[in-house]
Amino acid sequence: MNEMNELSNILTDQVNRLLGEQVDKPTQEAAEAGDWPEALWQQVEENGLPRVLVPEDRGGVGGGWVEAQAVLRAAGRYQAPIPLAEAVLAGWLLSQAELDMPDGVVGIAPVRREEVLELRRDGDGWRLSGTATRVPWANRAGHLAVLAQHQGDSYVALVEAGNWSSEADSNIAAEPRNTCRFDNAAVLDAARVELPADALYSAGALARATQIAGALEFLLEESVTYANDRVQFGKAIGKFQAVQQELARLAGEVAAAGAAAESAAHAMDRAATFGDAGFEIAVAKIRASEAASIATSIAHQAHGAIGFTYEHALHFATRRLWSWRAEFGSETYWSERLGRELAGRGADALWPYLAER
Amino acid sequence: MHSFRFAPVALPPEAEAVRDEVRTFLAENLADYPPAQRARSWVGHDAEFSRKVGQAGFIGMTYPKEYGGHGRTAFERYVMLEEMLAAGAPVGGHWIADRQSGPTILKFGTEETKRRIIPQIVGGEALFCIGMSEPDSGSDLASIRTRATRVDGGWQVNGTKIWTSNAHHCDYMIALVRTNPEAERKHDGMSHLLIDLKNTDNLSIRPIRNLAGEEHFNEVHFEDTFVPEENLIGTEGNGWQQVVAELAFERSGPERYMSSYILVQEMLRAISQDPSQMSAVAVGRLVAHMATLRTMSISVAAKLQAGEDPALDGSVVKDLGAVLEQSTPVIAHQIVESEPSPEHGDDFSQVLAYVTQAAPSFSLRGGTREILRGIIARGLGLR
Repeated sequence: MNEMNELSNILTDQVNRLLGEQVDKPTQEAAEAGDWPEALWQQVEENGLPRVLVPEDRGGVGGGWVEAQAVLRAAGRYQAPIPLAEAVLAGWLLSQAELDMPDGVVGIAPVRREEVLELRRDGDGWRLSGTATRVPWANRAGHLAVLAQHQGDSYVALVEAGNWSSEADSNIAAEPRNTCRFDNAAVLDAARVELPADALYSAGALARATQIAGALEFLLEESVTYANDRVQFGKAIGKFQAVQQELARLAGEVAAAGAAAESAAHAMDRAATFGDAGFEIAVAKIRASEAASIATSIAHQAHGAIGFTYEHALHFATRRLWSWRAEFGSETYWSERLGRELAGRGADALWPYLAER
Repeated sequence: MHSFRFAPVALPPEAEAVRDEVRTFLAENLADYPPAQRARSWVGHDAEFSRKVGQAGFIGMTYPKEYGGHGRTAFERYVMLEEMLAAGAPVGGHWIADRQSGPTILKFGTEETKRRIIPQIVGGEALFCIGMSEPDSGSDLASIRTRATRVDGGWQVNGTKIWTSNAHHCDYMIALVRTNPEAERKHDGMSHLLIDLKNTDNLSIRPIRNLAGEEHFNEVHFEDTFVPEENLIGTEGNGWQQVVAELAFERSGPERYMSSYILVQEMLRAISQDPSQMSAVAVGRLVAHMATLRTMSISVAAKLQAGEDPALDGSVVKDLGAVLEQSTPVIAHQIVESEPSPEHGDDFSQVLAYVTQAAPSFSLRGGTREILRGIIARGLGLR
């Protein structure tokens, strides 16, 4: 436990230092204009960050979700314009199937819950078919790690770029979200996993909740700094109670989203099977997505007109938050899913269920 | 800037063991207790129940054994609290004493006071109320005017305390009084006095009906009331520092998000096992918020256990908790077709009637929303 805490602390320092130094406004702007930040990605990869959930004997960091959370949170905190969260998920998914993670950018698919990619036998190998929309950074990926279905079982398949056709699409933070068509696509390797068909979707929800928590920390710090610097009516606007009360609300949302995301990471590390952390993942995505809406509104209000310009860096966080709150399920989707499960358990089971979490 | 990070903490096994103890106790002592009563929970006052809670060892759990306490951890107390509140047990009688009066006496009281009072609190036999607010001093607590003048052998008290929950049933009040009106700053010259409500002349307790027509809080009037010397708690003139510490005990409690819990439970019952989409979304969201606040509350308990000051984090939990508690009757009203009925309705409509009318108090008692957010803003470095 102490060893892992130490690993978590080292990773936190490492990833925050790296992204804090490397992700600046020119990098952000260039990335939004379509330039791939190769130098940044190289450093992230050299530091082993995409492999945080890959076991050491497969060349990874050997961390759990608490350690992964340090990476994901920083990815949100600094709004790194690279598919770091997706690569962490790819490393996790491949490791679940005891497959090796290739070098370079590895993405994930599918990311929409209604989309299924089918695997079928082809001699000794496998072929993959189906369409996945909104696939993050598929245009930059050297490989995709796919959670596919074959005869009612879940399989992880590794597909090399060139074996899918990709159409451009993006989210409102200008992060690529491509449509990928797999038409009897060649598969490098595939293996069966003991995971539910929506495991990648759930893990993605946890990743996005954690990135949201990181981006919210940034919003709070930025907003407090701005409120202390900006002078109107002869004093810093942060001295006005109306502003203070709103920023206090913002702090509460940031704290709640962070606690929910962190709690889900702990639950994943405790879970004997994937489904055991289902409650905490739902809670994390519900709370973080709701916080994203409230916090972006307060942060923009505190920043006034300058925060509405492209020149000010606030939007690199807020546009991501508006995207991420919807990706891998909105708070409404996860609330309904959780509400139905709780209703099924019945009123008298509610407290015992909560208390044993 | 304060970090506002609430690191999740797993409850240790000895704390989980308390859960079974409390559930067994509640099954024996609270069977057939109706939901509309359970909804009152820590407003519910039942002296006999409080004595049973004391006898079972659930009051003063963290107090030192040398004063009759149980020497248990903040986590064990946390589990006891949440089990009591989830069951809607009528803990209002001993709640204040356990949470803040006892700790205040232990922290500032004389050896004699500790030996005299703490064992009574632990036994559920000394029930306390809070003597802070006055008719002209609410959020601006430092403006209190109740005056304690030195007389032979003690103090003579004149003034009025208000919103004192259950004073008419309680044994003691810890009152914040002004002992030196000449002090330069209004925060100076205040002191804490322990006042025996049952055995003191020249004090009157007048219940104040709340908007629901119920009598929980009171106005306590002192007119040349004599309080003996030994009932000074802590140092004369140190009252402000002591009351700030007392408020930290009051605000950091894990109960600060569970006031509407029974309504959430009854809402889940009312929407049935195959709810509409709207109902499922609403209940799922409420429970997600509750679960998050529970994570945060246990984190605050961990800070208490580590001896850290949880005042700021407690304010965050209390502010978020009150917003959640107050939204609950609104959501219940929106998703369940029921007209709240205080006395003759079914369980749901009675619980809804109670919580709907109690809700405005959730963001007033123990520090208003605005005061709490001011404290948080200070933690952000804005003040």
